Amino acid sequence: MNACGEIDFGTPASATTTLVTLDIDGHAVTVPAGTSLIRAAAEAGVMIPKLCATDSLKPFGSCRLCLVEIEGRRGFPASCTTPAEAGMKVRTQSAQLAKLRRNVMELYISDHPLNCLTCSANGNCELQTMAGVVGLREVRYGAGDASPGENHFTDVVRDESNPYFSFDPGKCIVCNRCVRACEEQQGTFALTISGRGFDSRVTAGQDESFMDSECVSCGACVNACPTATLMEKSVIEKGQAEHSVTTTCAYCGVGCGFRAEMQGSEVVRMVPWKDGRANEGHACVKGRFAWGYATHPDRVTKPMVRAKISDPWREVSWDEALAHAASEFRRIQNKAGRNSVGAIVSSRCTNEEDYLVQKLVRTAFGNNNVDTCARVCHSPTGYGLKQTLGESAGTQTFKSVEKADVIVVIGANPSDGHPVFASRLKRRVREGAQLIVIDPREIDLVNSPHIKAAHHLKLRPGTNVAVLSAMAHVIVTEGLLDEQFVAERCETKAFADWREFVARPANSPEALEVASGVPAAEVRGAARLYARAANGAIYYGLGVTEHSQGSTAVIAIANLAMATGNIGREGVGVNPLRGQNNVQGSCDMGSFPHELPGYRHVSDTVTREMFENDWGVKIQPEPGLRIPNMLDAALDGSFLGLYCQGEDPAQSDPNTQHVTAALSAMECVVVQDLFLNETAKYAHVFLPGSSFLEKDGTFTNAERRISRVRRVMAPLAGMADWEVTCALAKALGYEMHYEHPSQIMDEIARLTPTFAGVGYDKLERAGSLQWPCNDAAPEGTPTMHVDEFVRGKGRFLITQYVPTDEKVTRRFPLLLTTGRVLSQYNVGAQTRRTANTDFYGADLLEIHPHDAEERGIRDGDRVGVESRAGRTVLPATLTERVQPGVVYTTFHFPESGANVITTDHSDWATNCPEYKVTAVQVSRLVGA
Amino acid sequence: MNPDTLIRMANQIGAFFEAMPDREQAVQDIANHLRRTWDPRMRTQLMATLGGTKEVNLKPLVREAVLALRQAEAA
Repeated sequence: MNACGEIDFGTPASATTTLVTLDIDGHAVTVPAGTSLIRAAAEAGVMIPKLCATDSLKPFGSCRLCLVEIEGRRGFPASCTTPAEAGMKVRTQSAQLAKLRRNVMELYISDHPLNCLTCSANGNCELQTMAGVVGLREVRYGAGDASPGENHFTDVVRDESNPYFSFDPGKCIVCNRCVRACEEQQGTFALTISGRGFDSRVTAGQDESFMDSECVSCGACVNACPTATLMEKSVIEKGQAEHSVTTTCAYCGVGCGFRAEMQGSEVVRMVPWKDGRANEGHACVKGRFAWGYATHPDRVTKPMVRAKISDPWREVSWDEALAHAASEFRRIQNKAGRNSVGAIVSSRCTNEEDYLVQKLVRTAFGNNNVDTCARVCHSPTGYGLKQTLGESAGTQTFKSVEKADVIVVIGANPSDGHPVFASRLKRRVREGAQLIVIDPREIDLVNSPHIKAAHHLKLRPGTNVAVLSAMAHVIVTEGLLDEQFVAERCETKAFADWREFVARPANSPEALEVASGVPAAEVRGAARLYARAANGAIYYGLGVTEHSQGSTAVIAIANLAMATGNIGREGVGVNPLRGQNNVQGSCDMGSFPHELPGYRHVSDTVTREMFENDWGVKIQPEPGLRIPNMLDAALDGSFLGLYCQGEDPAQSDPNTQHVTAALSAMECVVVQDLFLNETAKYAHVFLPGSSFLEKDGTFTNAERRISRVRRVMAPLAGMADWEVTCALAKALGYEMHYEHPSQIMDEIARLTPTFAGVGYDKLERAGSLQWPCNDAAPEGTPTMHVDEFVRGKGRFLITQYVPTDEKVTRRFPLLLTTGRVLSQYNVGAQTRRTANTDFYGADLLEIHPHDAEERGIRDGDRVGVESRAGRTVLPATLTERVQPGVVYTTFHFPESGANVITTDHSDWATNCPEYKVTAVQVSRLVGA
Repeated sequence: MNPDTLIRMANQIGAFFEAMPDREQAVQDIANHLRRTWDPRMRTQLMATLGGTKEVNLKPLVREAVLALRQAEAA
């Protein structure tokens, strides 16, 4: 079904640059070669009737409605499957065509209900529209003995199993769009057409309900449906939207563009924006459907204060809450020193909000104690890529994967964590690219419909560096280096040192096999495949970064890319898959305690002076505290006040006992959030936050793409988040003057060279921009390090494998690793407050059947999970996705206490917690 | 802050740099990493372990780096 106000061009655009000119209805039309006639006509403003064609899917040619006449050719070819050719003369209207189309429509309508006035698609039904377009005035046929419109599926029961959309087979015209969308866009292959003739119908799975099938609820089929057969329940309930606003999803680091379809200030549905370059019209179950949390009854919309965390909350005015918070921060600073307070910002907040919080810390607090939740996910990416390539960011666009020949996925599970990118990746694999998966678990990409990894290096948790060094060993010792690239682009001595290091026998796959558990032959095969690829691309996630050697692993990945020349063009590169939508942005905005916006160190006098002159204050030249350091300092009494915006360390940070003890030791904790989260239990001031639907600003996704977030409803609490930060700064005695977030971006651009060309006007024109965006790259930079690295010469660094201190013992013989599922998002604050709990309602412990059998554990048993840090209870699920000796869980539900058992081991360079490796024992609970 | 935690963190940094072929450079790199990423109170507390009973828990390379850091900060 068409998104509100969007034109459907019938088939996808052609990517070729060669142009052809043809004649359509007497008009000269010039289009790229390979463009279909239906699209060429649409681009010229001539809309040819259609039903099975839509511009998100390849042409199919089944409905016979888009027929045209071509001079010199016999018959009536379908315009969706006929490519435009130079000199072609096409007629889209004639008496014969009109008759053919009317006859086709008559047949369609003969088997379709005629209750249009009460149908949920009324006002946005392509079938209804086409009936009008072709001038259908009578229907002479019925199915079997039925009268026209007495559809033979009338008695078929609607499938209401999915919480977000319904499936009414009685309205299906068997156009195949849903089946094709599931295959082409999503890559799940959950749908098919079963039966023949009048019995033809869309079937999910093995004739199952949608909920019981493999359907992942991405909504692509609903989007593609031209009738009310597949329809959002929100549209059925509310009716069609009357306007739409383009904005950016607030979930993962893909940063999908969406059109929020509205009735007044109420969202009717979220539709993936087909011009959004991150997602190109696709979505996942979270962004597409799980937006109801924004108006959930749990939202707190009044500021609150309390003297002690054991006291009940007291609702107060904004002025009182802000004045109280400010006076408490000042009291603490007067007592314990300027550096005794700080702030944590969130990757769920906009660039403008993150920028303002770090500005508040550096101006009103007068220190550098600001950190972002990126600390606990991708801080090693920032360090590792800066050290080797010169910039703390991924190198490509998502679209780049369409040119990759070999794709390495390490420590990431895109099908669950970054599903819209996973669909792109799987499409490329179906086209013939080969896939290498490096992961302790058998993630979906290893083996799923039409996808099979060439190599799955099923390593032990904590041994990424060993495997990556072993791959480097193979590349160096088997002559697979791109010597020319390295000679021209990289530091000579650093490369020579690295080459000598990785060539040592100790770094061979055979030597490291014992540590990693990966057969040497598999490592050798994977290394050869990657190194010999015309285009080899590496994608990685938190399974790389959240280790005590997280930064080392990022460096090792960059080393591999440089050694094989896989950097600086499309189809290659080093691609961090960021966990949250604005991880990249929050880091860009100077939210780290040692860096000002644009990753410039606080000790850099020139940079500091630039900000000092603009802000009118002196900035400390020394780094401040990171999140784990803040918690440690709280326990020794030197850090007593925290402003925590949009982040929930009490649930999301490791070793919960340590975190809560530290929060309890603080004298003023200010939480700004949508809900009373776990951290709010330790807060003295609660400032109501705004959801993304209430925000104006920008997010920056994993491909450095800056996209607009647009307000579709007023902030429920009356103040936007950026206004709250300004008001708190004012209460602290530092005035900030902005009337709109665009002015904050103007300041960012003024002070940050990589953002110098960014502004809301340009974003409006361009849709989105990838930084660096400045005079050297006015329209942004899709691919980085093209002719030279940002740091000049690429820098190899030696990556010695150092086993983690988190060892298995007889007492803790299993290794726990963590991750997330498709339907839930991080600590679940948003998704737990939606119907996504129908898909995944509790964290589970995955355990291998052998380990379960040894412990007498059966599927579904509640089991105790104990580590050196703590103990929790989880339901067990037996699966061979995990290897013997490894267990796995998610961390979406606070009651499961996943972080009660994770430890405070962290990355050597950045203190990113080692969530991915915890030695545990699992035991069946007595009576379970 | 807990000196054992600081020593453990410093030794982790040392474990990365000790693989470098140039020992003198490795010492400087460790000191530089501490100076550029650690809050001053953490550096001060780490330097305070020199001469104390916990000094032996520092890796030799890290101990040299902390000494270098102390000299640089005293200058």
